[in-house]
Amino acid sequence: MTAASKENNCKTGETQWDLWEVFTQPKTGAPHEHAGSLHAPDREMALQNARDVYSRRGEAVSIWVVPAREISATLPDDSGPFFEPGNDKVYRHPQFYSVPRGIKL
Amino acid sequence: MTELTLEESSEKRELFEKQIQAGEKIEPKDWMPERFRKQLIRMISQHAHSEIVGMLPEGNWITRAPNFRRKKTLLAKVQDEAGHGLYLYCATETLGIDRSELVEQLLTGKAKYSSIFNYPTLSWADIGVIGWLVDGAAIVNQTSLAKTSYGPYSRAMVRICKEENFHKKQGYEIVTGLAKGTPEQRDMVQDSVNRWWWPSLMMFGPSDKDSPNSKELLAWGVKRRSNDELRQRFVNLTVPQAKAAGVTLPDPELRYNEETQDWEFGPINWEEFWQVVSGNGPCNRERMKARQDAHSSGAWVREAAEAYAEKQQRKRAAA
Repeated sequence: MTAASKENNCKTGETQWDLWEVFTQPKTGAPHEHAGSLHAPDREMALQNARDVYSRRGEAVSIWVVPAREISATLPDDSGPFFEPGNDKVYRHPQFYSVPRGIKL
Repeated sequence: MTELTLEESSEKRELFEKQIQAGEKIEPKDWMPERFRKQLIRMISQHAHSEIVGMLPEGNWITRAPNFRRKKTLLAKVQDEAGHGLYLYCATETLGIDRSELVEQLLTGKAKYSSIFNYPTLSWADIGVIGWLVDGAAIVNQTSLAKTSYGPYSRAMVRICKEENFHKKQGYEIVTGLAKGTPEQRDMVQDSVNRWWWPSLMMFGPSDKDSPNSKELLAWGVKRRSNDELRQRFVNLTVPQAKAAGVTLPDPELRYNEETQDWEFGPINWEEFWQVVSGNGPCNRERMKARQDAHSSGAWVREAAEAYAEKQQRKRAAA
């Protein structure tokens, strides 16, 4: 826990534990998707809380919890130049290519 | 955060407005005007607090549910409300405020929650009527908010809407059951409808002309429909349900307008609404005290969880 969270702790008794991001897989074969976040003191309780908060009706067959501070993400400001290399290569799409009429590929 | 020059900030504002106009969602890391952030924090946290305080009037009847089926259902519903509170706190935190701060705002009375929860649950029929009318009104509001312009709020709403349908149906089942029951049961459910109808209409907030925040929130796409539009939609949906259930809505002025296809209703007692909002409802003090007590008497659970986590960590380190 950080010093700031200890301070909050004194004021209301609300424990500002680490923030965990929760990813759930709705069924086997499907990808894990971001469901939301929660606070928990460790990974074991993070998983239990994730089950109670994000899967009360069998919404998940598998859950990942990840400490939010461990996630690296692109920033909206950088995203233009960052994704640029993928934007100007039309030849990566099948529509770029011409095929003789009447041929099914 | 770094200070932006005037030019930079007007550029960013333009981009933000464009995103809103195009119906794109604003995500946590996107630039947004401070006022947008503040209004969202206020609105989403109020919504979260309402879910949490909303557990109290219903929790009141868990030990007195008439049978095991009703008891299980009510427990599951109250647990859902806790979950909804958590989804919404989680959405609010993406705006850069800690949940601990939000909880403090609730416990110190700085933050508001829906005034409907300051009314008492006097009979078992109230549990049915709350599910039908209060959750019904919440669904109308939340279905509209599922299209809100802030991504995390919208996603929380979609999740909540899916679960609220069970709440409404279980409530309506109780209401129709009692309405077909003994004369005492029929009186009980009608009395309950009489008490909850008007407060349910007030849930949509002040009339558009008296709602200071509405215009801005609508312009930003945070709200998609005005308070009065949503209220009308709720009345239109509910009148046929009341007829089918065999209960009477306590409004002698309720009549169908063929032209607009709306059920027109009588004037709302806004004086009562403002009294309850400003802390003078029948249960405001009781609700706050119950929340504060729950928070302080639950402190040992949080401490135990923390102690356990520390112990596990020491064990892992030693192994």
